[in-house]
Amino acid sequence: MHSFGYRANALVTFAVTILAIMCTMASFSDNFNSPSPTARVQVLSINRFQKQIHGNDEVTMTLNISMDLQSLFTWNTKQVFVFVAAEYETPKNSLNQISLWDGIIPSKENAKFSIHTSNKYRFIDQGSNLRGKEFNLTLHWHVMPKTGKMSADKIVMTGYRLPVDYR
Amino acid sequence: MDWIGEIPESLKSIKIRRILSQAISFGLIVTSALMIWKALMCWTGSESPVVVVLTGSMEPGFARGDILFLHMNKDPIRAGEIVVYNVEGRDIPIVHRVIKVHEARDTGEDYILTKGDNNDYDDIGLYAKDQLWLQRHHIMGKVIGFLPYVGYGTIIMTDLPIIKYILTGALVLLILTSKD
Repeated sequence: MHSFGYRANALVTFAVTILAIMCTMASFSDNFNSPSPTARVQVLSINRFQKQIHGNDEVTMTLNISMDLQSLFTWNTKQVFVFVAAEYETPKNSLNQISLWDGIIPSKENAKFSIHTSNKYRFIDQGSNLRGKEFNLTLHWHVMPKTGKMSADKIVMTGYRLPVDYR
Repeated sequence: MDWIGEIPESLKSIKIRRILSQAISFGLIVTSALMIWKALMCWTGSESPVVVVLTGSMEPGFARGDILFLHMNKDPIRAGEIVVYNVEGRDIPIVHRVIKVHEARDTGEDYILTKGDNNDYDDIGLYAKDQLWLQRHHIMGKVIGFLPYVGYGTIIMTDLPIIKYILTGALVLLILTSKD
């Protein structure tokens, strides 16, 4: 009845239960945080705008990205993944989402910054619809908790119209 | 002089009853585990509702041994979401983030490109030969939550299969020899 096995079993079960309750509570406490992040993304210049040999348009650009995501961080936040996407419609596709830049913010201290960068991933259309195309710039973030439920949100910013001619 | 022959007979029946009840409790454990798994499958809509992270390609978000909870519904897949996908010719599903989406207007089909947060390049090199995009049928689910470290046992067991056999054997022995 009171063998070693039974006692070990009871101890492990109790420990796991407490741990599970604490994880659930930590995850639940994130609901009380109401963040108010701000961000600004500007296209500074279009560096190259060409049609590839396969017939798809490709554009490279320089961006200025500044943001303040400090309010997203709580005690249960491991990191915030943030990315800037260009979003637009074409006759063939009802939505095109292209990530232009992304980054991992490990702590609250690093969550307010401004950078100057060219697009990290290639901005290639499926087809050649980019001349004179207007696209939306959207800042998305995904909060990764130390444990529990992940959350995500976005800010849609002013768009940008690509030049009418290749360069 | 009949009672001498009766005693071993009754002992035998006790033994059979014990073996039977142990077999039933063993079966109960196996079937309830199966039921929980299948119920989770129905509830999340994913063929594999819980997966263990096997590589460090999503560091520092997900480390080896973290457990991920998956969900699959009819909602379209969007950039930024972390998906688990299968590629033909690969046994192990991959957990990576979506960085590009093209949604066809006529069919509604999503063409998706993924990348691991900790990798320098996107996943085109991981896909099947001549495959440029992932489509919906490759996706097993989207990651909605996670528990750290809990899956580390699985990693140890895949790295050292002998431990898996020892553990399974010990568990079966424990269940069979337990008295109540």
